[in-house]
Amino acid sequence: MAKLKMSKKSTKVDMTAMCDMAFLLLSFFIMTATAKVPEALPVETPASTVQTKLPDENLGTLSIAKGKVFYGVSGREIRVETLKRMGEKYGVAFTDDEQKKFSLIDGFGVDMRQMKQLIAMKNEDRMKDGTQPGIPFDSINNQLKDWIQISRNVTKDLDNKDLDIAIKGDSKEEYPTVKKVLDILQKQNKNNFFLVTGLRSDDF
Amino acid sequence: MAELNTGDGGGKKGGGKVRSKKSNPGVDLTAMVDLAFLLITFFILTTTLSKPQSMNLALPDTPDVNDPIPPETPAWRTLTIVLGSGDKVLWYSGRTDGPPLDGPVVTTYGKAGIRDLILSKKKGVDDRNKSTGRDLEKEGITVILKPSEKSNYKNFVDILDEMAITGVKKYATVDITPADIKFLETNNIY
Repeated sequence: MAKLKMSKKSTKVDMTAMCDMAFLLLSFFIMTATAKVPEALPVETPASTVQTKLPDENLGTLSIAKGKVFYGVSGREIRVETLKRMGEKYGVAFTDDEQKKFSLIDGFGVDMRQMKQLIAMKNEDRMKDGTQPGIPFDSINNQLKDWIQISRNVTKDLDNKDLDIAIKGDSKEEYPTVKKVLDILQKQNKNNFFLVTGLRSDDF
Repeated sequence: MAELNTGDGGGKKGGGKVRSKKSNPGVDLTAMVDLAFLLITFFILTTTLSKPQSMNLALPDTPDVNDPIPPETPAWRTLTIVLGSGDKVLWYSGRTDGPPLDGPVVTTYGKAGIRDLILSKKKGVDDRNKSTGRDLEKEGITVILKPSEKSNYKNFVDILDEMAITGVKKYATVDITPADIKFLETNNIY
């Protein structure tokens, strides 16, 4: 009687190809992941259940915390053109080099007259807490209004789009400050904007 | 693939020779693959989740003072929510120049507080509209939000979030009036 011979095959699977692929994907995701950019004004946003994604482009962000307001626009060309026009309005001329440096700053919060010093600063110094006092937005010296208005005009001229505005407010910010900013926007007939929030479930 | 070539299969050479045991020097890659996939999952999740969430806020147009017929809403269809200090809210229905239809009552944010109230008010208005055959969408409840100076931004987002959760279509943020402040003061949340 011939014995039935089971072919003894190894149960091990060759993992090499899988490993290769896994690491390939891993490197892809690490490279595409963007590192968190340090913010000039640290803001702790409140949470909401609404899940609308914030647009990446064509966005002006107003950060509000500790009674200060910072502003930043996405898109380098728009930044440069906005700075030029703001310079014309407030009688400050910027060199090409300064414009180029400004186009790399994500958000700022200084008076127009201190803009040159801010641009000349090193990146680390600029991000230090308390270096930037916020953009003036009271009724006598309302530079914030001009920044928003001019950046909107620039977006209109360059891209023929209306600039989206996002408001990134700190949880503990008192409402009057927020209200002032909302009023500035409303006066410009900008009635629709995004409030940047974190995520939570509706069980609270 | 992951095994080293140990040089076997070169034919028989001098049968009967004592040979050292051929061990397979293959490396077990399972753990490595596990780790790699774990990291992949982590990176996939963080890249998509780190994008900040946002909520849309539409404010009413600045009202035209010369508008001959300002828009009117019957008092029973309105619900006014005044945001006070200390994470407290106050609500009432109707006007402030007489006693309001309902309220004023102090409550808190969230599931235990204002949400049930909004839902029941909304249902009440919808039922009344249904029985009289009116349009539920157009003539539904109108919520008026009045953030006071003592409330913070979180409160404001919380109440807007509440609007989204309860599905109230018509709501407006309005400046606070002295009568509202008086309500807040008498309830010690100003």
